[in-house]
Amino acid sequence: MSVRRLSAKQPATFSFNAQGKSAVEKWIAKFPQGRQASAVIAALWIGQEQEGWVSKPMIEDVARLLSMPYIRVLEVATFYTMFNLEPVGDHLVQICTTTPCWLRGSDDVVAACKKHIAPTQHTVSSDGKFSWMEVECLGACVNAPMLQIGKDFYEDLDGPATEKLLEAFRRGETPKPGPQNYGRVSSEPAGGALALKDPQLYKGGYSRMGGSGAGTTDNEGNAPTKAASDREAPAQKPPGAAT
Amino acid sequence: MLADKDRIFTNLYGFEDPGLKGAMARGAWDGTKAILDRGIDAIIDEMKKSGLRGRGGAGFPTGLKWSFMPKEVKERPHYLVVNADESEPGTCKDRDILRNDPHTLVEGCLIASFAMRANACYIYVRGEFIREREALQRAIDEAYEAKLVGKDNIHGYPFDIYMHHGAGAYICGEETALLESLEGKKGQPRLKPPFPANSGVWGCPTTVNNVESIAVAPTILRRGAEWFAGIGRPNNTGTKVFCISGHVNKPCNVEEEMGIPLKELIEKHAGGVRGGWDNLLAVIPGGASVPLLPKSICDDVLMDFDSLKNVQSGLGTAAVIVMDKSTDIVKAITRLAYFYKHESCGQCTPCREGTGWMWRVMKRMTVGDSHPAEIDLLQEVTKEIEGHTICALGDAAAWPIQGLIRHFRPELERRMAARKVAAE
Repeated sequence: MSVRRLSAKQPATFSFNAQGKSAVEKWIAKFPQGRQASAVIAALWIGQEQEGWVSKPMIEDVARLLSMPYIRVLEVATFYTMFNLEPVGDHLVQICTTTPCWLRGSDDVVAACKKHIAPTQHTVSSDGKFSWMEVECLGACVNAPMLQIGKDFYEDLDGPATEKLLEAFRRGETPKPGPQNYGRVSSEPAGGALALKDPQLYKGGYSRMGGSGAGTTDNEGNAPTKAASDREAPAQKPPGAAT
Repeated sequence: MLADKDRIFTNLYGFEDPGLKGAMARGAWDGTKAILDRGIDAIIDEMKKSGLRGRGGAGFPTGLKWSFMPKEVKERPHYLVVNADESEPGTCKDRDILRNDPHTLVEGCLIASFAMRANACYIYVRGEFIREREALQRAIDEAYEAKLVGKDNIHGYPFDIYMHHGAGAYICGEETALLESLEGKKGQPRLKPPFPANSGVWGCPTTVNNVESIAVAPTILRRGAEWFAGIGRPNNTGTKVFCISGHVNKPCNVEEEMGIPLKELIEKHAGGVRGGWDNLLAVIPGGASVPLLPKSICDDVLMDFDSLKNVQSGLGTAAVIVMDKSTDIVKAITRLAYFYKHESCGQCTPCREGTGWMWRVMKRMTVGDSHPAEIDLLQEVTKEIEGHTICALGDAAAWPIQGLIRHFRPELERRMAARKVAAE
């Protein structure tokens, strides 16, 4: 567990802007009548996107909006670690330091953030632009080490790549998310994959009813279900046919 | 190596268009209506015959799980909830499905919901996956627009699908904690029974499935159970997305046959262990929760549920974390102990107190500040936590430490001796 408390310094008021209000309403509509409490995580998230962090007046407002007791919303805000309970920098840098990232050098990424942002985590940098924190596994382990800035993952980092990244943000640029090294596009092995090379996969694929594997034209591709509903049941393959 | 024609996730790396048009060109949404027309019993029977076991870690047979839903819908509606709260350290497979092949999931949700008489489905995506949930929402919007899903769709089965998200809590990957979270509460697991199939989200019959389990269903039903069952080994059938991270030359995700030898998986797809196979120290074969394996076992172990269980580990989420001989193995496991301390929901005392206790002891053992008898005490405490909590997080916190003691006890003792010598 991590102990999380509301900030000692709180703003006087909070209200959702027009965009936020309509977003919250859309979320409430996703759930059956009377189950609006299900939208609490989304509502707090929308509030955080607006203000950068979750304040006491925001919790009170969300409770009112969703007809929930204040304590239930407070519980949610303090339980889920993505809710910032203190103000953060414009760019919140979250560094994954769990074992898979640590094995591949997340210590160097942390060191770069200490140098370029602030010596300790949860501290807003002197120019107000950044703050950093260590987080638990962000789920991009084959692209380790990595960090998240805002909504984006920056992957395949090392010390110098991290410094370059932070400098670019400081200049007001938004570097391209994803792998920053080894020429990778996403989770494929560096230098190209052995798998997924068969061109037929992208011209109809092998996963078709009847298993013919024939390609389709764009027109057919756009309305396959019409034809498919007339097709016969698929011919079953004998065991071992896979290879 | 698995042939390309037998791969289910044909856009795993995102080289092609993840949108509806691209997905259809790869075979998605083909003949979905014909699948539904076979009827619920035929679909569940086919899923059972395929031998598919849940891809979220526990390996429970998916077809069987679907069959647990009540046979008729009474006053409480049925729900399908998809667990996309992928947070197990080492695991990043669902992320690729969500961002690059989301239509496999959306189509799977329709078919699975039909098979369990549910007219609505919620996909719970972990909070940090912001771009991934945007990608999923795009796919859902496309499916609505093309009338593939919705109240009045071309498949003739009213069905609504919603993206939901969390906000950074590993525990919400536990199915009942996920349901609590979906109801707008703290993610603290529920006691079972009642099982979700009887009383799940909002007290209604619910089935919770992993992303990969649902996303493979349409292809299985199109190509037939025999095709899927013909891949892999008995009781461990089909293909699986493996995530290979850590000290390999080319970390990657790859879809491979179940039961592929670990060594082949690492050497063929991930470019081998850094410094060669002989430089291997240990592998965590199934995500942070499963006990590690020393090189001697890695040499010939097969990657499937039963083979890994036989060597006192597990397939888990098939996230292979490789550690070479430069690794401080005690520190690596200590970091995992910290992870579980951080992620314990605080509901059960053995886990809330035990995870912190284990981490503090492990921290001392990293520098040898302990004595050999304490290893036995630590082992005993892990046994007191394991099996004594509502959910499996207690077990998951205990297992990596048990694995370390089982295979690397001499290393722990060596550090204690070295520290003692240094002090004298």
